Amino acid sequence: MLAPNCVRKISETIWEIPTTAKHGMRVPARIFATEKLLRDMDPTVLEQVTNVATLPGITGYALCMPDGHFGYGFPIGGVAAMDVAAGGVISPGGIGFDINCGMRLVRTNLTYAEVAPRLGKLVDRLFQRVPAGVGCHGFVRLTKPEFRRVVEQGARWCVRQEMGWQEDLELTEESGCIAGAEAGTVSERAVERGYDQIGTLGSGNHYLEIQVARPEHVFDAETARTFGITIPEQVVVMFHCGSRGFGHQVATDYLQSFLRVMESKYRIPIRDRELACAPFDSPEGRDYFAAMKCALNMSFANRQVILHRVREVFAEVFGRSPRDLDMHMVYDISHNTAKLETHEVEGEARQLLVHRKGATRAFGPGMEGVPERYRTVGQPVIIGGSMESGSYLLCGVRTGGQSFFSTAHGSGRTMSRARARKQWRGEQLLRDMAARGIVVRTASKSGLAEEAGGAYKDIDTVVRATEKAGLSKRVVRFTPIGNVKG
Amino acid sequence: MPYEYLEDVATADIAFRAWAPDLAGTFTAAADATANVMIDDLATIRPTIRWPLHLENDSLEMLLFDFLNEIVYLKDAERLVVRIPEVEITPGPAGHVLVATAVGETLDPARHATRVDVKAVTLYRFELRQLDSGWEATVILDV
Repeated sequence: MLAPNCVRKISETIWEIPTTAKHGMRVPARIFATEKLLRDMDPTVLEQVTNVATLPGITGYALCMPDGHFGYGFPIGGVAAMDVAAGGVISPGGIGFDINCGMRLVRTNLTYAEVAPRLGKLVDRLFQRVPAGVGCHGFVRLTKPEFRRVVEQGARWCVRQEMGWQEDLELTEESGCIAGAEAGTVSERAVERGYDQIGTLGSGNHYLEIQVARPEHVFDAETARTFGITIPEQVVVMFHCGSRGFGHQVATDYLQSFLRVMESKYRIPIRDRELACAPFDSPEGRDYFAAMKCALNMSFANRQVILHRVREVFAEVFGRSPRDLDMHMVYDISHNTAKLETHEVEGEARQLLVHRKGATRAFGPGMEGVPERYRTVGQPVIIGGSMESGSYLLCGVRTGGQSFFSTAHGSGRTMSRARARKQWRGEQLLRDMAARGIVVRTASKSGLAEEAGGAYKDIDTVVRATEKAGLSKRVVRFTPIGNVKG
Repeated sequence: MPYEYLEDVATADIAFRAWAPDLAGTFTAAADATANVMIDDLATIRPTIRWPLHLENDSLEMLLFDFLNEIVYLKDAERLVVRIPEVEITPGPAGHVLVATAVGETLDPARHATRVDVKAVTLYRFELRQLDSGWEATVILDV
């Protein structure tokens, strides 16, 4: 348990819990939030972030982003950088079951006025062509051995199969294929759960949205132009999904494998079974890292195939080719990963394994890893809000070093699904949203009710907090007009 | 079979409590609670396919974890939605042996009103307890 009143104010947006607050903390914990966001956070977040601070090799601080909420092991919104040369660990609970759950943003040269008359048809066709919902399977037919090759190749495989453009890879984190993925480290059970799910959204908070950039919501016109947002009332497509059953099983498998060795072999006390971990530099740690990379690649491939279908649907509905519609990707970025990165710690460059669970990498201007065409302005950051509110395109900033260049990933829930289900009805929500000009097609009315905007924190407050804290900067806010929901 | 979803735990995920006078009944109730997260009305699941389960674990609690994972696996790998009405748990060389038959059918969104995919059974606050009145499980599912 945490000592009472242990949270100290460092600044308007930084709150610290010292190592004296809980036995075993190796570093302090820091939460980036406004006072109100902090006050509204589930107290479990404080317990969880201070548990993270006890993990071997943790460097600097155990961090939580402004959208932080109840997780398992790590809070959602948790960031922890482990020094791999100093016995630092890797933990599936620091990444999440949905490995490489992430966001992809695609632009068009269409305006709201051009899309509005065909919006119903557009959303209908997207709903028909992009499989969504419980247990949905995709149209890409693969054998299990072929799937094992795909997870080593990621989105590159899709582009070779003509399900994407070469430039899509350049605009995807890790160029859509992270090096070091080894399918031999993945169980057959994981393959069985995912080999027919490439090109599927899934369910829950996963969605595909058609959105508009209203001129009054462009905060930084120059950076917006660099990212391709140039037209008043420009229509974009944003979607959110991950590595489906495959990634979920990889995480489940290694969570159990780590629990078997954590205490007995590596003498790391188990404070919470969801914080199961092993030294990064150990047979178990290396295997999980290679398997997790397969799930990263599965997810890049998943979003690439979905993009392919989105382009096909737009071409069909508007009778113009995707190139003519200027359907270039803006970016694709994960918010559930652990990656080896070099960061400056106490004046020296160190190699750290940065866990981001419900947190987005936000590299600043000039940093390696940012696509060449964006290098001067910083990495695009895509943050999805609830289906009723809006979403954001931001960019990384030079002051991001304080969070290992990480920022928020969404608005963060404030209400449990069980409670939301009692408060809203799917049918009514559909009608209310339609009255506000948002066309929704969903695989589940009850699932839809759980995603009501009122169950989430205010996205504008969260995003402003990231800007105020110097984690990322707002570029454009997008307003939803069409939504395909799993 | 008795189970309830907990409203104030796990904001983004789903927590439930399942209970019964005996251990096998608690497993069955927990199976229904898990399936009911994915399918709105369990009565719409027709018993057309039978899938045998055989699990062993030295920990009863982890046996429940493995058991619930089977439901998640069957949904993705076999596209089956199931209930597990009969469960037998006996002592065995490796601790505890579970023998059961999952009964259900291929997921058909036209007939099964779906809700949300269970991604994983988490071990966060995962608990199987013996009470004076029987057994009780508390589980958080990642959705």
